[in-house]
Amino acid sequence: MSGSDRLTAYGPILAVAAALAVVPLLTGSNTVLNAMVTALLIGLAGQGWNILGGYGGQFSFGHAAFFGTGAYATAILQARYGVNAWAAFAAAVALGSLAGLMIGFLSFRSGLRGSYFALVTLAFAEVFRIIANATPITGGAAGTLIRLDVRPENFQFASRAVFYWIVLALVVGVLILTRMIERNRFGAWLVAIRENEDAARALGVDTLAVKLQAIGLSAAITAAAGAFYAQYFLFVDSSIAYGTWISVEALLVPIIGGLGTVFGPLVGALALHGLAEVTRLVAGRIPGIDLALYGTLLVLVVAFAPQGIHGLVRRLGAGLGMARR
Amino acid sequence: MFAPEIVLAAVLNGLMTGAVYALVSVALTLVYGVLHIINFAHGATLTAALFAAYFAHRAGLDPLLAAAPLALVFYGLGYGVQRFIIGPASHGEDRNILLVTLGLSIIIENLLLAAFRSDTRSIDVPYGFSTLDLGFVFLPLPRVIAFAVTCVVALLLWGLLTRTDTGKAIRAVAREKLGAALVGIDVTHIYAVTFGIGAVCLAIAACLLLPSYYVNPRVGNAYVLVAFTVVVLGGMGSVPGAMLGGLLIGVVESLSGLYFGESLGQLGIFLIFILVLLVKPTGLFGARA
Repeated sequence: MSGSDRLTAYGPILAVAAALAVVPLLTGSNTVLNAMVTALLIGLAGQGWNILGGYGGQFSFGHAAFFGTGAYATAILQARYGVNAWAAFAAAVALGSLAGLMIGFLSFRSGLRGSYFALVTLAFAEVFRIIANATPITGGAAGTLIRLDVRPENFQFASRAVFYWIVLALVVGVLILTRMIERNRFGAWLVAIRENEDAARALGVDTLAVKLQAIGLSAAITAAAGAFYAQYFLFVDSSIAYGTWISVEALLVPIIGGLGTVFGPLVGALALHGLAEVTRLVAGRIPGIDLALYGTLLVLVVAFAPQGIHGLVRRLGAGLGMARR
Repeated sequence: MFAPEIVLAAVLNGLMTGAVYALVSVALTLVYGVLHIINFAHGATLTAALFAAYFAHRAGLDPLLAAAPLALVFYGLGYGVQRFIIGPASHGEDRNILLVTLGLSIIIENLLLAAFRSDTRSIDVPYGFSTLDLGFVFLPLPRVIAFAVTCVVALLLWGLLTRTDTGKAIRAVAREKLGAALVGIDVTHIYAVTFGIGAVCLAIAACLLLPSYYVNPRVGNAYVLVAFTVVVLGGMGSVPGAMLGGLLIGVVESLSGLYFGESLGQLGIFLIFILVLLVKPTGLFGARA
């Protein structure tokens, strides 16, 4: 692999990281930073979904199962067992991944694909929600609070900028990871499974193992987003952690940004949340209106831009190139 | 342990609830059987139908009388949505259909939320709290009516599918799309008709539910997961499977509510759902995966 090859692969990621990193230096507005943190958080959850759904073609409708496991694990470990916040964060990622492996093992082993896989993931998220809402360890319907104690060793900061940089670092880390996957054998197997699972198996790809690795990684990333959410808002309950909203947003942002592309989830999250903020300014805070808009976007993107913003930009670029010639 | 009369009452009540589950599930399974997709907008459509029935009642029409006009309206809606939105938008790819129906469900549910807020509404009908005395057990009248109407609808549906040309065409498309198109069946039209019939079942189910139930923008979700379970249990695409599965799930819910408490009654359903998906995804009556 030549140096210039590596530069074209990873250069854009570093450029985007640098551009996003200066945002807190340009604005002191808490509203802007807060919106950016939320957008990046959703972007991170979507990056997780993208590994399994975008590259592997396995559409999960229940990534809330992993987001929620991450959020609850970090909150419960701290609030009930006094575990250090950073250790709890790491444990939450591991537990989220474990949940992914469990659901993946059960469903992939029985050969569930397409609609069936979407259904079973949806059902698992719902089961988790009902259980979290009813058991004492999660605080039941009242949810779990993390005690406010602003100290760096508690993963709590007075400045939103620090939270922003942390979530940005996570997002950039996953961008790099995704690019690495794209360029190695595992990524090629994953895409082969997406394009034609039977053919991939016939060619000797261990499809079960590859899909399991993909869901484990995918769940870990989305669980990291959940754990960060809990740490940022210091509160989780079952309708936040295991709610349908996060399953929807996690799949929506890669689809809007560009399915199975490195930057897709990030672009989608920024576009989507930018749009949501604008709607809020125009329409005020009518409950449900932003989600209704998301649904409309989903239908429109599937209908008119199956490759998302990424595909649109590419088509536009090709069009301009033709015009110049 | 409970006295036999109580268990028997729970079983009968479960059958009554199960009848409505069956109706909701038949719609889902019919669409799956023909189009081979899961309609994720199913729950939202049911919610919309409940709202329609609610406002019909506000306008002075009893839900049971509103069933016929609403059925017509929802046939048109279902037909139009499949023909002009889902069909063209999905470019014939299953993955896209999944996403489009998911998008539609988000749109419907949240527009209802924006318009009517999350308030829970219910209606009063004169027979709302009447009961039917069978000698050994009292049954709530709205549910008995629901059970009876469901049986009639099931018979009509069976007649439609087996005795009419449209029914024959629907079954042909379900069996072999290409072959059906070759003998001159308009597949796009049949797809939309099937979707319309599904919406009719939901409109009727909504009218049956409303007298003894409530409506808010999220209420359909509770039913749709039950319906998924029923459909998977009965075998995707199997109409008799959905009927029996619905009744069975109704009884299971009623009994687990009796033995484990109301809040865990639903959990039993989901566990059955996951178990069936994992152990026998083709269900009890399904022929193929």
